[in-house]
Amino acid sequence: MKRIRLTVQILFTIVTNGYMYGFLNGKIYRGSLKYACVPGLNCYSCPGAVASCPIGALQALLNQRGFQIPFAALGFFFLFGSLLGRFVCGWLCPFGLVQDLLHKIPIFHKKKRLPYHHILKYGKYAVLVLLVCVGSMFLFGGFAKVPAFCKYLCPSGTLFGAIPLLSTNEALRGQAGGLFLWKLGILIAVVLLSMKIYRPFCQYLCPLGAIYGWFNRFSLVQIQWEKELCVSCMACEKACPVALSLREISRSPECIRCGKCVDACPQKCLYFYGIRTKSTKS
Amino acid sequence: MNFWKNSKRYAWVLGALAGTLFLGAGALQGQFAVIWRKAVMICLECIGIG
Repeated sequence: MKRIRLTVQILFTIVTNGYMYGFLNGKIYRGSLKYACVPGLNCYSCPGAVASCPIGALQALLNQRGFQIPFAALGFFFLFGSLLGRFVCGWLCPFGLVQDLLHKIPIFHKKKRLPYHHILKYGKYAVLVLLVCVGSMFLFGGFAKVPAFCKYLCPSGTLFGAIPLLSTNEALRGQAGGLFLWKLGILIAVVLLSMKIYRPFCQYLCPLGAIYGWFNRFSLVQIQWEKELCVSCMACEKACPVALSLREISRSPECIRCGKCVDACPQKCLYFYGIRTKSTKS
Repeated sequence: MNFWKNSKRYAWVLGALAGTLFLGAGALQGQFAVIWRKAVMICLECIGIG
């Protein structure tokens, strides 16, 4: 499962950022695929991005003059969320992959959570409400509304958008100033924290995780628990990278469906809905 | 009891249908064009310049 997930993560990142011409020339893809959104956090200003970022799309709709319910963005959230829930975070998000890889670097004593996790985990909901929604509707830069989350926080935009663009596009490099340094600082903080804590951005700040978490209880992709087979060895709880209890696995908005609990269970009583190994049935 | 158990199991279908309807409503309002226009220009705010 571990290798399958890593392969899926890498392949999905390559496919959704496959516009190589953009990386070489400091330009972005301008084709019709950008009418659609990818499920994960993937900056549409990344030179390789072939589709739009769902949070960026939501903000673009909220940035319009007057107020319109952002149906198109909600549509993508409901569709991806109902089918996959936070499986998107665990398997399909490029920035999640980056954090996973950083966490594998063998420096620092690894921890699953930050202190005060029970309070900090609500940070992503605050980011969703205050920056993505309220910020995008009421913050102005000159006469235009600004996408507040992208502008002031998103480290994915800095990593996949700003750094490749600034390194190849001289005209843009000349304009980088204090705001870029602020965003670079956030990215460095997230990178360093990711080496110690498992996916700090996903656990505490990602507004997309906050949205998909809401769908976790009823999405199609679920991790099922066969209670009758369980011997309460708690191997699943030990394996869970976000320290969920057995009863929280899959149902909790924090579960990213990484499948580590499924791998760890010696009785095979945890399995992805519809996918059971032979030893489970016997 | 069984009805509620089953309805919870298939709640994702309702969610997916709602998503499809929202996408349709968004298309009717021309919201995909708004997303596309934003996505094909380099977003200066996103890269920390604007």
